[in-house]
Amino acid sequence: MKVLVTVKEVAEAADDFELAEGALDIDERYLEYDLNEWDEYAVEEGVEIAEESEDVEVVSVTIGPERSEETIRMALAKGVDRAIRVWDDTLEGTAFLDVEARASILEAVVAEEEPDLVLTGVQAADDGFGATGVALADAIDFEWAAVVNDLDLDTGDGTAHVHRELEGGVEELTDVSLPVVLSIQTGINEPRYASLRGIRQAQSKEIAPYGLDDLGLDAETTESTLSLTSMYEPETESDATVFEGSPEEEADQLAELFGEMGVVEG
Amino acid sequence: MTVLALAEHRRGNIRPVSYETVTAGRGLADALDTELHLAVIGGEVSEFAEDLNRDGVDTIHAVAAGEEFNHDIYTQVIESLATDLDPRVVLMPNSVNGLDYAPAVASRLSLPLITDVVGFDAGDTMTAIREMYGSKVETTIEIDADRFCVTIRPNEWPAAEGAGDAEIEEPDVEVDESRVGSTVTGFEEVGGGDVDISDADVLVSVGRGIEEEENIELIEELADALGATLSSSRPIVDAGWLPKNRQVGQSGKVVTPDIYLAIGISGAVQHVAGMKGADTIVAINTDPNAPIFDLADYGIVDDLFEVVPELTAQFS
Repeated sequence: MKVLVTVKEVAEAADDFELAEGALDIDERYLEYDLNEWDEYAVEEGVEIAEESEDVEVVSVTIGPERSEETIRMALAKGVDRAIRVWDDTLEGTAFLDVEARASILEAVVAEEEPDLVLTGVQAADDGFGATGVALADAIDFEWAAVVNDLDLDTGDGTAHVHRELEGGVEELTDVSLPVVLSIQTGINEPRYASLRGIRQAQSKEIAPYGLDDLGLDAETTESTLSLTSMYEPETESDATVFEGSPEEEADQLAELFGEMGVVEG
Repeated sequence: MTVLALAEHRRGNIRPVSYETVTAGRGLADALDTELHLAVIGGEVSEFAEDLNRDGVDTIHAVAAGEEFNHDIYTQVIESLATDLDPRVVLMPNSVNGLDYAPAVASRLSLPLITDVVGFDAGDTMTAIREMYGSKVETTIEIDADRFCVTIRPNEWPAAEGAGDAEIEEPDVEVDESRVGSTVTGFEEVGGGDVDISDADVLVSVGRGIEEEENIELIEELADALGATLSSSRPIVDAGWLPKNRQVGQSGKVVTPDIYLAIGISGAVQHVAGMKGADTIVAINTDPNAPIFDLADYGIVDDLFEVVPELTAQFS
């Protein structure tokens, strides 16, 4: 069996950030890159599946620049067997890669790799579209389930028994036929830390570079009727009374407020 | 031509986001000078249609197909309705179920999709507003297409209120069962146990800012000193540092205490959905721009590791 885990390197903005001048993004100096939190859980789920059965290969795919290899290496260090990184000048020059374009690129990778199971994170922490997995499933004619926080894979009868985490503390129990794309929710497992041995081994694992033309695609794939036209800091709506001073003074003022509100019994 | 909005129901009840899609859909329909159609799929559709008949809806399509939500059925029914109605916009909720069918609908209809939209600006070109980087920035996305799909973030639009006079249709939509590969087998309530945080008058709630499991103790001590109940945001439960029954937020509990003290919680939208109804909100966070301060009545912008022990000492 082959498991394909889609991963994305995402940027997190520092608390005090500035927007890049004339650009539609946060200034690079305030961004820190890491593996998307949801994808960490998807990677762990894939690796656990491989550990529980014989002959399971786990392959990661990412769409991202060379910088993201460092992040992908971490997935390899945690037990992913090999990785594919899709990038070229066309992608480099694309300011906004929409859901359809992402799904088309991943569709081409699926055609090449022919996985039985695709795991994605529920969403990316930076743009938070939350749509790639299900869009991909429809494109490749797989079944799917979004926001999965429990997975019991029964390859014998070709079914994934999943829990979908709905709103308000309710989980939906669903049986879905393989092959399937599952978008994985945080908390489904406990992502491991990479071991030193794993980190060493990851150095010799393959990260295969693909361009759009290697996948039989071209610039048309990245064309979109959607374009990012502005980015700005939302106006703060805060009208909070802020207690100021040293930590002790701040705590005093808050304690006084709690006293006035009658918080403490006795 | 229409705007086609989708309602959502679960276990026999219409979910509130449905009335928000009516409001958002009416706004788009006015901007595009067209009608607002609303579809409800599966379950007791005739009853649902009456509930959904609110001011602003022109036509309701009540489609009897299955009981609970099923993405394969939804996708097929919406594809069929869209083929008949040729909607300018297919407007869906950015709920957990919305995320389970909206991308497939957009894919089937070959339409662009913008998710988690918090506003529209219908000028010369239609523009959708959405957040990025965990609500730190807003972006505008221009839609250079005659037809598109969107999902809207819950709790951003007011619910449609007044009674409506929509025409209710109950079309027969044929579902290809061979393309239904998923079955809902049940539901499970999670987060039960010894404590019900939704009963508490005072909640002391801890978030990612606590950094390490052993630091949770600091917050427990404060909660004890205040005679308050301990709760948390999602990352603390994901990490296994507190049980699920302590989680406040969209996927946890919705709480409405007299006082909600948020410590090291940035105030992500999913968390806010669970606590915005608290009477008094107090936040302690190092980041003055954290969204939690947009909601807070009182705040301390400082290091929780310095403030919390001082506060605990005041009540011990």
